[in-house]
Amino acid sequence: MLIFLVATFAWLFRPPLRPFQILKQLHFIGFKSTFVVALTAAFTGMVLGLQGYYTLRKFGSEAVLGSVVALSLIRELGPVLASLMVTARAGSAMTAEIGIMRITEQIDALDTMAVNSLQYLISPKLVAGLIGVPLLVAIADVVGIYGGYLVGVNLLGGNPGSYWSSIESAVEWKDVYGGILKSISFGLIVSWVCCYKGYHTRMSAEGLGAATTEAVVLSSVLILVWDYFLTSVLL
Amino acid sequence: MIKLVGVEKTLGGQPVLRGVDLDIPAGKLTTIIGGSGEGKSVLLKHVIGLMQPDRGEVWVDGIEISRLKGRALNDVRKKFAMLFQGAALFDSLTVFENVAFPLREKLRLAETEVARRVEEKLEQVGLSGMGHKFPAELSGGMKKRVGLARALVMEPEIILFDEPTTGLDPLMANTINDLIVGMHRTFGFTAVMVSHEIPEIFLISDWVAMLKDGKIAAMAPSADFQKTTDPAIREFISVGGMAMVKNVNRESLKT
Repeated sequence: MLIFLVATFAWLFRPPLRPFQILKQLHFIGFKSTFVVALTAAFTGMVLGLQGYYTLRKFGSEAVLGSVVALSLIRELGPVLASLMVTARAGSAMTAEIGIMRITEQIDALDTMAVNSLQYLISPKLVAGLIGVPLLVAIADVVGIYGGYLVGVNLLGGNPGSYWSSIESAVEWKDVYGGILKSISFGLIVSWVCCYKGYHTRMSAEGLGAATTEAVVLSSVLILVWDYFLTSVLL
Repeated sequence: MIKLVGVEKTLGGQPVLRGVDLDIPAGKLTTIIGGSGEGKSVLLKHVIGLMQPDRGEVWVDGIEISRLKGRALNDVRKKFAMLFQGAALFDSLTVFENVAFPLREKLRLAETEVARRVEEKLEQVGLSGMGHKFPAELSGGMKKRVGLARALVMEPEIILFDEPTTGLDPLMANTINDLIVGMHRTFGFTAVMVSHEIPEIFLISDWVAMLKDGKIAAMAPSADFQKTTDPAIREFISVGGMAMVKNVNRESLKT
């Protein structure tokens, strides 16, 4: 798997560069995942607002609700949930697409035409994952914070000024930086694992099904495991 | 031009090629016959470097390609084109884009020139005006013809055909065979075909080789090959011929 990743990166910097392919994949992995990621983030923020408000009220600390919601989202939930949704929506589709191309000999056809299949098919997806997932995480963070505001302030009557000012005072550059670092590495994991599983799928319909399942499960588990190790380093 | 020396390949613990020695003459149409599962397609994939032998050598124009990788291998592959068994068309691209693909990837041509060459090739395979269709909208025979147009568009020195008529009705199979022979005569490329469509292959091939038990059991000019006295080869040829006759009779009964 590591050789596959290194070879894909190596082909990325050799001509011809493929900006159109990268944009096409960015549209598929990034733009087309926006709705599902925003929906997930909105309800996550709303649940955080709800749970956070009632928990903090016990201690008379409703004023810090904004910081609780924002830090939870920026540090952890935004990157993890957005990446898991991208895995489910775009990662599985990437595995299936590449796997079908393998089974129907389309990848072999590329190679026989002296077009490197790693460069043409995989490198643009890897770049799109590295750029698309952090952008989706940024959207998820913002939408989630507004979700928390909707419940904590508009529905439950919290103080709007306190909500925003607690975010301003609690969130540091280190938190944002950590979230960006996580989302970049998660984007790499999703593209890498899902492309690898599709590229090396067994030559049958059953093999393709197994490859897609393995891609989603392995990506999700790696995201959660890597999240723990990265958090322990960042804190 | 193409030479295989002692090529051995084991797949999934099963030896498929057990020391293939094969010398393919330049500019001729050579067909490799053999039973299902004998490794004919595997052999073809070794010729173009899609598979590497466990042992042995594959020579193309004086270059040993079995250990080549990356750009060096791509440079050799520029001499080749391949028509796959299932045509291997890119299903997200239209017929026009499929045929134009190697031109756009490998040659810096103006779009008008690309369009001219693609239309010319589509016309040669009888698919004029079908450029806007997607592969999913085509029949098996039409897909093969698009695959043939894509293989021909770069005017390569060598074309590999992996069972080009398998799964087609006899009329469409004849059409594809006629196209291959016509293009071969016109452009003079070296053609290597894998097939078990007997007796048709004897009519269209210059040379015939038989793969049996992982080795080349016999290779001879087409006319001489049919006169072989080897009982195993005779049996394969005669049974194949009878199956074809039965198939043609069934087709004629339907009409």
